[in-house]
Amino acid sequence: MMAYIIRRVLYAIPILIGVNVLTFMLFFVVNSPDDMARMHLGQKRVNQAVIENWKQERGYNRPLLYNSEAEGVGSITDTVFFQKSVKLFQFDFGSSDSGRDIGYDISQRMWPSLAIAIPVLMVGLLVNISYALLIAFFRATYIDLWSVVLCVVMMSISGLFYIIGGQYLVSKLLHLVPISGYDTGLGAWKFLVLPVIIGVIGSIGAGTRWYRTLFLEEINKDYVRTARAKGLSERVVLFRHVLKNAMIPILTGVVVVLPLLFMGSLITESFFGIPGLGSYTIDAIQRQDFAIVRSMVFLGSVLYILGLLLTDISYTLVDPRVRLS
Amino acid sequence: MDHQFRNMAYMLFGVWAVLLLTACTDGGWNNPYPTAEADRNILYSSFSERPKHLDPVRSYSSDEYAFIAQIYEPPLQYHFLKRPYVLEPLSATAVPKARYLDADGNWLPAGAPEETIAFSDYEIEIKQGMQYQPHPALARDGQGNYLYHDLTGEEIESLNTLSDFSETGSREVIAEDFVNQIKRLAVPHLHSPIAGLMGEYILGLNAFGKTIEDVYTQLKNEAGLEKPYLDLRPHRIEGVEVVDRHSFRIRLKGKYPQFVYWLAMPFFSPMPWEADAFFSQQGMEKRNITLDWYPFGSGPFMLTENNPNLRMVLSRNPNFHGEQYPSEGEESDKALGLLNDAGAELPFIEKAVYSLEKENIPNWNKFLQGYYDTSGISSDSFDQAVKFSDQGELGLTEPMQEKGINLLTAVTTSMNYMGFNMADPVVGGDTERARLLRQAISVALDFEEYISIFNNGEGITAQSPLPPGIFGNRTGEEGMNPYVYEMSNGKLNRKPLAHAKALMAQAGYPNGKDRETGKPLILYYDTTASGPDDKARLNWFSKQFVKLGIQLVIRATDYNRFREKMRKGTSQIFMWGWNADYPDPENFLFLLYGPNGKMEHGGENAANYSSPRFDALFEKMKNMENGPGRQQIIDEMVAILRRDAPWVFGFHPKAFSLFHSWYKNVKPNLMANNTLKYKRLEPELRQRMRTEWNPPVLWPVITLLVVLVVSAIPAVRICRQHERSAVR
Repeated sequence: MMAYIIRRVLYAIPILIGVNVLTFMLFFVVNSPDDMARMHLGQKRVNQAVIENWKQERGYNRPLLYNSEAEGVGSITDTVFFQKSVKLFQFDFGSSDSGRDIGYDISQRMWPSLAIAIPVLMVGLLVNISYALLIAFFRATYIDLWSVVLCVVMMSISGLFYIIGGQYLVSKLLHLVPISGYDTGLGAWKFLVLPVIIGVIGSIGAGTRWYRTLFLEEINKDYVRTARAKGLSERVVLFRHVLKNAMIPILTGVVVVLPLLFMGSLITESFFGIPGLGSYTIDAIQRQDFAIVRSMVFLGSVLYILGLLLTDISYTLVDPRVRLS
Repeated sequence: MDHQFRNMAYMLFGVWAVLLLTACTDGGWNNPYPTAEADRNILYSSFSERPKHLDPVRSYSSDEYAFIAQIYEPPLQYHFLKRPYVLEPLSATAVPKARYLDADGNWLPAGAPEETIAFSDYEIEIKQGMQYQPHPALARDGQGNYLYHDLTGEEIESLNTLSDFSETGSREVIAEDFVNQIKRLAVPHLHSPIAGLMGEYILGLNAFGKTIEDVYTQLKNEAGLEKPYLDLRPHRIEGVEVVDRHSFRIRLKGKYPQFVYWLAMPFFSPMPWEADAFFSQQGMEKRNITLDWYPFGSGPFMLTENNPNLRMVLSRNPNFHGEQYPSEGEESDKALGLLNDAGAELPFIEKAVYSLEKENIPNWNKFLQGYYDTSGISSDSFDQAVKFSDQGELGLTEPMQEKGINLLTAVTTSMNYMGFNMADPVVGGDTERARLLRQAISVALDFEEYISIFNNGEGITAQSPLPPGIFGNRTGEEGMNPYVYEMSNGKLNRKPLAHAKALMAQAGYPNGKDRETGKPLILYYDTTASGPDDKARLNWFSKQFVKLGIQLVIRATDYNRFREKMRKGTSQIFMWGWNADYPDPENFLFLLYGPNGKMEHGGENAANYSSPRFDALFEKMKNMENGPGRQQIIDEMVAILRRDAPWVFGFHPKAFSLFHSWYKNVKPNLMANNTLKYKRLEPELRQRMRTEWNPPVLWPVITLLVVLVVSAIPAVRICRQHERSAVR
């Protein structure tokens, strides 16, 4: 398995280079270094000399991708792309264009994101699996029918509606929790209750339908029929056999998103005033801070690759038939 | 089965008890602040845009001034209550008067002709005994040595915030600190946005900047460091000198009466040399400990929490030298209770907490719940907050009045205009044809309707580039733009569309068709508005032009490309705006001064308008004192602009703000940013109102739980039956 992991890590390098090139090109198609300087220096009374100075200080005075004036390797290395990208592969994110240490900012902002994402994932899994099992248990009854209808309705509603509706109902009308905000430590709980509840409710529609499908697929398999024929109760069949065997696709879906939990949720964090990583990238795009944008895209790519790798590994753990080679 | 019901009942009772116990806490459940703060003298507000810079040498936007203006104390400030806006001393002892010199250095009398004035001297005496906020940069040991100016790399590595320093110190603010800050304006790597402008006026500032650049480069090479500490004290600006411990002098080239307004901005606040020595230590920037993040001033407040992703907290500066609430104002101020605190010690509040609110809905609801003391009005909540009476008067809706909320409106010192690129061959130029076309468009564009539809009535149409409150602005008939408006029944009315069509015909475009070619006139509107929300606005513009038979092509683009078009002069028609830096007509009329043309000179004249007569009048007007002579020149300049119509004078937006009954001393001051110190609160009233407005409503939660439990009963029953049958 180690050889497999090493091979996958090596495969990741060209992917990350490709992502980096693409991010770089997309960013600089829309923004020139002069635009970035103007954005950082402000709109009023900024002259070209100040702009040139800003670019020089941050290394944006070099050619973007190819330096025709340099010789040999310098034509590649003495460029904005090379200078800004190489350190990323050492996970040195450097400083943002406004001078802040990106690594420090990420380390600070990932915790509020995780404070929402982890409970939403865990509670959401519990609720969705329980509900899906319930529906599977009552399959082909009115409970099954109306539950599926409810799930489809819930899937059709925009996430934004849940947020605004939840804030309106729970915070504005019932006055039960603060409408937005955040605090560190234990003081954070009252700010997290509502976004977590909304996150869980928002995931019920799609999650429950997906798990219901998995469970119904398993329920119709021969081993389940055998278990029933042995005289096992339906509860035992569902929890001991169906759930266990349906865990492979569930695990796949969960493990792949685990690393991405760090990246936060833009809309939730924005509406609830949570200082997480979700808004970090968007803020950076709006401020034309390339240093943050490339770092966050790079980090997102690494985490996604990591998620896929973990999924593959998790297959071997839950299904002994799977061997990575 | 009974056992299960009993368990459920216990569970419900448990939830109920927990909810009740939590309800016993002081304040509402939805209170986002710590309970201990409930009745404290703390102001709560919000911000939507995080400040980019907090170093006074760089900061130049209202988002940033909202914080640093409470921390830094430049020599002057705007009087809180008096109108028109007047300057008064802040850290200075008096508003400095310019003394003029000729080219040989001889003093000239106050009324000397401008052409004889080679230099202006401003001598500023500062108040004695002002102290800086407690700061580690000023902490010293028993021998008087600075504790934290020579930190090792290891020590710096262990730091995360400024509060990690255990010791702080302070010292008196002296004249040298003001001079140090002026030097910082010219330091290239500090990127002051006004370095170029001040370099044109302050004698020797540009030369100083070049010297410092050379010295800094040499220092970097010698030290092998990216950003070494550069001690500015040995270097001197020719036109800036310390007179004594509490006075300094600035010498300007020529005459520049607007300079005093700059002395009311944070750019000219005192900055001790110790600040740069402390923050420039190697590794501090890597730890995010910079002057751009941790302001260092002597004002009534200091920034005690800087987390722009969550909240910014200003706390009272224990070393503040003291200031009294003004005892003079406008006539109406006394009746409004704005002079009730006359002579009282400032500041009134102990702390101000600003929370980041990116979305309008939570912000608005928290204001209604009493968790923010003041709020603006977004378009989403406008109808909920404000109504127009049958007479067209603006007022608060009944729910707002019931809560004791107050409304304040003020026409801003801003200008939103539609500009024509005067370098464009169709709409630009000095030809009669183009002029008539621009005038016709000016008449046809119904900005009254625009304000009503797209600005919720928040604005007044502009008759000239000068907003109300700025010297030179005239009201009534004498302030009317006669090319666009006419007086009837004592009211200003836009000229009829027929007049605009007649102008079009005179211009050679009858019914919007070129008389020579017979082709319809097509014009191009460059804009950054491209979202779905902007569609109605863009359609409205198209319809205004269609009224004249003109086809308007919308060229939507991103802001970078838009600015590029403006710089290159490739746009044709555009909308833009300007906020006053200071209350002087020069700050608006320079937007149309030829040598400020954006295309040729990179200036702020986006229309690239150039009129020799206007330019000559501008040069004469800009350095004059306010008075009848200046008014006469401004009148002539405005008349030229109205005739040439390089802009369709759009509108001056109105600022709306709401505040609760416990929030006192509120008066719009569009020039001053340091008004937090005047604000007073009644925290007991606020706490009472919050409790009254936010009682936890529990019955729906309990009902929901009961419904869930009850609905589970048949399911449990079926489940049991199912299992029993399986066993059978």
